[in-house]
Amino acid sequence: MSTLTRAEFLADEAHRQVEGQEHEHHHDTGENTIFGFWIYLMTDCLLFASVFATYAVLYMNTAGGVSGKDIFDLKYVGVETAALLFSSITYGFAMISAYRQNRPATMSWLLVTFALGAIFIGMEINEFHHLILEGNGPNRSAFLSSFFALVGMHGLHVTAGLIWMVVMMLEVLKRGLGQQTVTRLNCLSLFWHFLDIVWVCVFTVVYLMGVAS
Amino acid sequence: MNAHSSPSPHSSHSHEVDHGSVKSYLVGFALSVALTIIPFWAVMSGHLAKSTTIPLIVLMAIVQVVVHLKYFLHLNFSKSGRANTFAFLFTALIIVMVVGLSVWIIYSANNMMMSM
Amino acid sequence: MSLLGKLTLDAIPYHEPIIMVTLAIVGIAGVAVALAITKFKKWGVLWRDWITSVDHKRLGVMYIILAMIMLIRGFSDAIMMRTQLAMATSGAEGYLPPEHYDQIFTAHGVIMIMFMAMPFMIGLMNIALPLQIGARDVAFPFLNNLSFWLAAGGAILINLSLGLGEFAKTGWLAYPPLSETSFSPGVGVDYYIWALQISGIGTLLTGVNFLVTVFKMRAPGMKLMQMPIFTWTCTWANILIVASFPILTAVLGLLTLDRYLDFHFFTNEAGGNAMMYINLFWAWGHPEVYILILPAFGIFSEVISTFTGKRLFGYNSMVWASGAISILGFIVWLHHFFTMGASANVNAFFGVMTMIIAVPTGVKLFNWLFTMYRGRLRLAVPVLWTLGFMVTFTIGGMTGVLLAVPGADYVLHNSLFLIAHFHNTIIGGAVFGYLAGFAYWFPKAMGFHLNERLGKAAFWCWQIGFYVAFMPLYVLGFLGMTRRLNHTNNPDWNIWLYIACIGAFIIMIGIVLQFIQLYLAFRDREQNRDLTGDPWNGHTLEWSTASPPQFYNFAELPDVHDIDAFTDMKEKGIAYSRPHRYEPIHMPRNTAAGVLIAAAITAFGFAAVWHIGWLALAGLVGSVAFLIQRAYDNDVDYYVQPDEIAQVESQHINKVEEATA
Repeated sequence: MSTLTRAEFLADEAHRQVEGQEHEHHHDTGENTIFGFWIYLMTDCLLFASVFATYAVLYMNTAGGVSGKDIFDLKYVGVETAALLFSSITYGFAMISAYRQNRPATMSWLLVTFALGAIFIGMEINEFHHLILEGNGPNRSAFLSSFFALVGMHGLHVTAGLIWMVVMMLEVLKRGLGQQTVTRLNCLSLFWHFLDIVWVCVFTVVYLMGVAS
Repeated sequence: MNAHSSPSPHSSHSHEVDHGSVKSYLVGFALSVALTIIPFWAVMSGHLAKSTTIPLIVLMAIVQVVVHLKYFLHLNFSKSGRANTFAFLFTALIIVMVVGLSVWIIYSANNMMMSM
Repeated sequence: MSLLGKLTLDAIPYHEPIIMVTLAIVGIAGVAVALAITKFKKWGVLWRDWITSVDHKRLGVMYIILAMIMLIRGFSDAIMMRTQLAMATSGAEGYLPPEHYDQIFTAHGVIMIMFMAMPFMIGLMNIALPLQIGARDVAFPFLNNLSFWLAAGGAILINLSLGLGEFAKTGWLAYPPLSETSFSPGVGVDYYIWALQISGIGTLLTGVNFLVTVFKMRAPGMKLMQMPIFTWTCTWANILIVASFPILTAVLGLLTLDRYLDFHFFTNEAGGNAMMYINLFWAWGHPEVYILILPAFGIFSEVISTFTGKRLFGYNSMVWASGAISILGFIVWLHHFFTMGASANVNAFFGVMTMIIAVPTGVKLFNWLFTMYRGRLRLAVPVLWTLGFMVTFTIGGMTGVLLAVPGADYVLHNSLFLIAHFHNTIIGGAVFGYLAGFAYWFPKAMGFHLNERLGKAAFWCWQIGFYVAFMPLYVLGFLGMTRRLNHTNNPDWNIWLYIACIGAFIIMIGIVLQFIQLYLAFRDREQNRDLTGDPWNGHTLEWSTASPPQFYNFAELPDVHDIDAFTDMKEKGIAYSRPHRYEPIHMPRNTAAGVLIAAAITAFGFAAVWHIGWLALAGLVGSVAFLIQRAYDNDVDYYVQPDEIAQVESQHINKVEEATA
């Protein structure tokens, strides 16, 4: 399968701008935005790292309550993981379609990604809901506090990503795939894939190691 | 990995970042699936000893993070991608220092506590 | 719960005469300022040219105004503490009851670090950094405006706590379990959390913004190793901001969960571990002191090389020493809590690392000395601050190395020796640096000179006052006096407490002189205009612009071949050249989005403090809505046309030629 490279895309874009006298920006604006967004993601990495460190310090402090082994259902987590992993590749396809200036394909892939992300969040809320109903809410022990905070923080990020995705779908619908829109899709792409990486760490450190130890 | 290695007519844009192809996404995806299934299997089946399982799943996680960085986030050492890669490597260093030293500090403090 | 959450009229401290008088003065001053603005019809100008401005130079000025206002607040706290301690000796109670005194020392620390030093540093960086690298603005001008208003929002919250409710009584670190709901049920810690959280996010955005600016927007030809030294030290500081502020965000977030949703991270019950808070807090807190000091090091370097008329000695070693400090700054944090009871190995590791970090700092000191060697040092005000720094900071650094010995720290921990040490480094290092930078760049930012005589007098008051105020604290530390005492009953301490109090008043005279200096500078500004834009025969690009700089900074982006780019241009005779034609310049438009988003977030913070549900929701939704609205605003930029540029430029060059003729 051939792909349209970014260079070709930009050449195309420049062509369209000359023709349509579209709103023009610095050539480097997109590049700066993406670099800036990447640095922001690095700060987010450190935010997660701090909470991971807290989890690592507190996970044994169960205060006589349940430990990870008692409450984690790896099959369930496996399905969550699958949803998120699939959403990563579908977002990748959305990006490729965006570079090819294929609006319908971009929209469809974004929708699929959104659905997968929503499944993930729905499952997580369900898991939390059950834990709280069974008396294993975050107030029970330091272990559960740090579990809810760490997994919940990832969930909040995914939720923010979903809201952002809705905004981007509206933007693609209304404005098409201009340079600014593609830059923004690109930032969301970084965000989305980044959350996948965080999830890899979450399922390894929290769920798998929780059950294995 | 260079989807844009063909010479571009607009040389001023030749510094653009690699954004991956369908193929590279599929390769990354296949690797991720494998790197997810192996640790899940290792823990769920319980065939392996705990002393093997933990290092194995940690290793799988590290490899998977690298796979995601390469195939989905397109980190590389090209002239244009270098800044992002170094930013990540620096962040990773800080994370290792902050998380590692924090765990060392608190665990060693816990060891000094009288058990209650 | 009522419509106003926990907020009732009882929250106003009627029974505290000191607070009520302060509020009355602030109120009267506020009304007076508002009336003056109305009288001179300046509201429109204020809104259009300042509050909504995305110009880094104006934002820099606003940051420094914020820092100065907060300096008054923080210093008032300081002088109240010193007088209390001078009065409450030998069993006397003094005039500040403990619950008020505890709020004062907490507020003093938070304000001086987060709302005086940080805005001052960021203000100077805003004014000078983009000019030094030959850029027309920062990478994200709108974000820069938002950052400022988030800092201001945090400052507003902390000041509201004076008149509504209370501030934290926990010390500026807000260690749990004291800062947990069970021991601090009031709103004080909540004010602390939200003021720090909101301003911290502003700082984080500033860090991201300036890193992109430095890495992507340098003038053509300027390599990384040709950036002016102040830009370099700021860059290291920004790297530290980006790497450490998320830790603060996280740890405050966890404390928030403990307080608001009954989580158990740092509580005594249910397996919480308060030590993790202390650990994470300092994992941010130690890099934070390097964030404060590194830009100051950069300022001293600029000042020394400019006023000796020489190149900076050891530019490369200066850059890498700063880098070494930045990395090492991340592995020394445990020295703030050697006494927590980690193992001997842990203490030894962090003790050794702390001693090692003194080495690159020493490298810098020698670089400054060698720069001065055989130079002709002009003793202008910025130079006085620099020389004062070199002596004072060296003493502070050496007492720091003493404290780095874990065994010694067990004796000196939490004593006034420690207080003396960190004031020694933060005042003698960071604050002296900012005041040097203030004097150095003031003509650049404002277009006229400060009053030299008063500036020197202010310096001497600060310098002498500092020694009189803080050297006794070293002695008191050795005599066993711990920090945060409200009153004392040890006759051996009295004399030193009296001397320290006198020192604080000498510093106060220094601060007053500085404000008089500012007043005189404004009053006599027509006689003291800086016409050339290059009052000190500067080396770097900011001096190639007019004073104050043209709103677009550079008509043509300079072509850089040297670290001292402007010296290079002057030597080649190409400074102040008039090109044949100008290209249009792309500029960002001013926007109200930043102040609106920050206002919504501040409202959210206030609502969170008082548990006002509807306002919290409104603030949250409002901030997101304003952000989305901004994202789809198409009218965000414009072009300056060549005619206008030509006019501005020729005006400037004519002035330069007149002044130098």
